[in-house]
Amino acid sequence: MGENVQHLSFLQDNGGKKGILAWITTTDHKRIGLLYFYSLTVFFLMGVVLGILMRLELMNPGKDLVEPQTYNSLFTLHGVIMIFLFVIPGIPAVFGNIALPLLLGARDVAFPKLNLLSWYLYILGALMALSTLLFGNAPDTGWTFYAPYSVRTGTNVTMAVLAAFILGFSSILTGLNFIVTIHRMRAPGMTWFRMPLFSWALYATAWIQLLATPVVGITLLMIAVERMLGIGLFDPSLGGDPILYQHLFWIYSHPAVYIMILPGMGVISEMIPVFARRRIFGYKAIAYSSLAIAFIGYFVWGHHMFTSGMSGPARVIFSLLTFLVAVPSAIKVFNWVATLYGGSIDLKPPLLYALGFIFLFLIGGLTGLVNGALAADVHIHDTYFVVGHFHYVMFGGTGFAFFAALHYWFPKVYGKMYNVKHATRAFWVLFTGFNILYFPMLVVGMMGMPRRYYDYLPQFHIPNLISTFGSWIVVSGLIYMIVVLIQGYRKGTPAGKNPWGGLTLDWQTDSPPITENFVELPIVTEGPYEYK
Amino acid sequence: MEEHKSHIIDYLTQIKVWVALVIFTLITVATAEVDFAMLTVAVALTIASVKSILVLLYFMHLKFESRILNLFVIVVMLVFLAMIVFTFFDYIFRLSHGS
Amino acid sequence: MNTNNSPSAHVHRDDEAQKMGMWFFLFTELLLFGGLFLVYSIYRFKNPDAFAHGAKELNVVLGAINTIVLLTSSLTAALSITAIQKGQKKLALGLVLFTIFCALIFLVNKYFEWGHKFEIGIYPGSDLLRAIPRGEALFFVLYYFMTGLHAIHVIVGAIILGFMARYIQTGLINSDYYVLLENGALYWHLVDLIWIFLFPLLYLIH
Ligand code: HEM
Repeated sequence: MGENVQHLSFLQDNGGKKGILAWITTTDHKRIGLLYFYSLTVFFLMGVVLGILMRLELMNPGKDLVEPQTYNSLFTLHGVIMIFLFVIPGIPAVFGNIALPLLLGARDVAFPKLNLLSWYLYILGALMALSTLLFGNAPDTGWTFYAPYSVRTGTNVTMAVLAAFILGFSSILTGLNFIVTIHRMRAPGMTWFRMPLFSWALYATAWIQLLATPVVGITLLMIAVERMLGIGLFDPSLGGDPILYQHLFWIYSHPAVYIMILPGMGVISEMIPVFARRRIFGYKAIAYSSLAIAFIGYFVWGHHMFTSGMSGPARVIFSLLTFLVAVPSAIKVFNWVATLYGGSIDLKPPLLYALGFIFLFLIGGLTGLVNGALAADVHIHDTYFVVGHFHYVMFGGTGFAFFAALHYWFPKVYGKMYNVKHATRAFWVLFTGFNILYFPMLVVGMMGMPRRYYDYLPQFHIPNLISTFGSWIVVSGLIYMIVVLIQGYRKGTPAGKNPWGGLTLDWQTDSPPITENFVELPIVTEGPYEYK
Repeated sequence: MEEHKSHIIDYLTQIKVWVALVIFTLITVATAEVDFAMLTVAVALTIASVKSILVLLYFMHLKFESRILNLFVIVVMLVFLAMIVFTFFDYIFRLSHGS
Repeated sequence: MNTNNSPSAHVHRDDEAQKMGMWFFLFTELLLFGGLFLVYSIYRFKNPDAFAHGAKELNVVLGAINTIVLLTSSLTAALSITAIQKGQKKLALGLVLFTIFCALIFLVNKYFEWGHKFEIGIYPGSDLLRAIPRGEALFFVLYYFMTGLHAIHVIVGAIILGFMARYIQTGLINSDYYVLLENGALYWHLVDLIWIFLFPLLYLIH
C-alpha cells in the first residue's frame, strides 16, 4: 500500500503547476466544478443587476431611468444571461461536476479533458454573449430570438445567437460525459437502484441535453446564416415560415426547462432523506419519474405557441400532453412530503432552501398548468403572469435548489462550516423578498399588463411598486447569503467528514476530498438512504 | 472490469454489404424515374432506410455491440420521428384549413 | 488491487466507455441534421411542385457517383478496422489513406457541382434566387445549407482520418488498442449515413 503517497486535498494539490495555471488546466472534476461555480456566480450577479435596473425602470409609469430601446436590450440580455449562462449549466455543471463522481464512488468523470473543454466553451460562449453589451447594438429580440424580427433587427443578434450555439455545445459535452460516467464508472456493488437520486436526475437531464440541444443549435445557425446571406428560411417576405422557427426553437427550449428543473429536483431528493433521517419514500418512483419527465417533456413544446397561429388540433394535442407532464412532477412532490412525514426533521439551511424550493416550485408549477390550459393561455399569454410564472419556476425552483446544493455541499468542498444562524436568516430575507418581488407580477399579469415593455398604464402602478420594493429585499438577501458564505470560507469551523449525517458516498471521504476522491474505492452493499 | 475483445468482422461480409449498398443505390436512382405518385417518396425513403440499417449493423458494428447501445439507437430514431410527426400535426391541419 | 492508491490509477483504460461516448456524440450530430430534415420536410410539404422543379436542376449522375464514392469509402474505413484487428498494419494504413482519398474525390465533385450552380446564378442571396418562385428558392437554400453542412463534416472526417493514419504509423493504434480508429471510422460512417438520406431527398424528387 502506498504509505508514502501523500493524499493532498484537491484544493491544495496543484499537480505541480503554479497559481492560476493549476486551476485553468486542471482536469479534476471538483476543480472544474468550482471553475464553473465562480464564473457562473459572476454572470448570475450581472443578470441580477440587469433585473434590478428593469425593476427600477418599472417602479413608476412612464420613463424613469432608461430609453425604451435600452430596456429592450436589458430584458434580452437579462434573459440570455440567466437562461444560457445560469440556469441551464447551473446545477449539472457546478454540483453535478463536484458531486457526481463522489456519489458514484468514482475517481473522476469518464472524460476529464472533455470536461475541461466544455468549461472553456462555456467561457467562450459567455464572453461572446457579453461582448454584445460593448460592441454593436445590444440585441433587443428577447432571449427567444423569434423570427422574423431576429433576422431583420439591426442589433447584434448574430453574435448572441452564435454564443448560444457554443454554449449549447458545452452543455452537450457535459451531458455526454455524465451519461458515460454513470454507465461505466459506478463503484463496485453500486447497482442502478443503489444510485443516489441526484445521479438519476443528472442522467435524465443529460439525455435531454444530448437529444434536444442540437436542434436549437442548427436553428440558431440558420438564423445566423439567414442574417449574413439574406436567405429566407424564416422570413415570410422571402417565403419562409416564422412559425416553423418557433417549433424548432421550442423543440429545444421546452425540454430545456427540464434541463433546468430536473437537477434541482435531484438535489432536493438528495437532501430530504438526510435531514428527515428517513429512508426516501418511493425511491423507484422518483427515479423513474425523472426519466418520464425527460421523455414526455420532449413532446410538449407546442404549448408555447398556442397563440402563434398553430392549427387547432395541434393545440389540443399539445395542451393534453402538457397536463400529462404534471403527473410525474407531482409524484415527486408527494414522495418528498411522504418522506418528511414522521421524520425527525432537522431544519438546517440546506433543508430550508429545499422546502423553499418545494413551496415556490408548487406555485410555479400550478401557474404553469394555468398557462398550459389552452383557453386560459390565450388571455394570459405574453403578460406578466408568464413572467411571474417562470421566475417562480426558474428562480424559485432551480435557483433555490442551486442555493440548497450550495449550502449542502459547501462544507464538503471547502471543509469548513458557515454560520448556520446567519445562513438561516439570509434564507428568510431571500424567501420573503422573492414573494414580494414576483407575486405581484402574477396579479398584475391577470389584470392584463403585457410583458417586455418599459412602460405601463397607471392602473398597474401599485403592484409594480411593491414588486420593485421586493427586488431590493431579494438583493439584500443575496448579499447577505454571499457574505455569510465568504465568512464561512475564511473563518468557518472545520466541518469534518460528515456534518449532516448523510449516508451517500460523498460523505464518507474527507472534506475537502483528496484529488483522487477516495483512498480506496468503496464497495457498495446497500441503497443510499438506509436510515435505521 | 473485464472486457471482451471486439468481434472481428471478416473482409468478405463487409464487401458483400458494400455490393448490396451499391445495388440499392442503383435501384433508387432507377425508381426515381418511375412515377409511383404518392409512393415515390415512400419508396425512396424505404430504400434509404434499408441502406442505413446495413451501414449501422455491419460497418458500424452495431450488430455486435451491447443490447443497451442498440436500444439507444432505436430510441434516438424514434424521438426524431416523433419530433417530425408532432410538427406535422400542426402543418397538416393548418394547411388543410386553408389559412 | 493495491495499485489503486497510486495517483495514476485512474488513468485506467475503458475502451467501451470511449466508444459509448462516440456514439452519444453521433446522436447529437444526427439530431443536428435532424433539425434540417424537419425544415426540409415541412417546406417540401408546403411547396411540393416547386421542390420537384428545383430538384430538376441538380445533376443526378454527379450525385449518384458521389453516393458510390462515399459508400466505398465507408467500406474501406470499416475494413481498416478488421485489418488492424488482425495485425495487418500496412493494409490498415492503406485502407485509411484510400478512405481519405475518396473524401477528396467527393469534395472535388462537390466543388464542380456547386461551381456550376454559381455560374448559372443559383446561390444564396443571388438575384436569380430572389426572382424565382419562393418555394424553389427555399429548395436551393436548403440544398446549399444541407450539402454545405455535410461537406464541412466530410472535411472534418477526413482530418480525423488523417490523424488515424498517423497514429497507425506511429503504432499508437495497434492490434491491441484500436478504439481510436473505431471511433474515427464511426464518425466517417455517420457522414455516409447522412448522405444516404440527402441524396434521394435532394436529387431524386421529380
Ligand atoms: C433579482 C432578480 C431578478 C429580477 C429583479 C428580475 C426581473 C425581471 C423582469 C422585470 C423581467 C421582465 C422584463 C419584461 O418582460 O419587461 C424579467 C424577465 C426575465 N427573467 Fe428575470 N429577474 C430576476 C432574476 C431572474 C432569474 C434568476 C432568472 C432565471 C433563472 C430570470 C430569468 C428571466 C427571463 C428568462 C426573462 C425573460 C426575458 C425575455 O422576455 O426575453 N430572472 N426579469
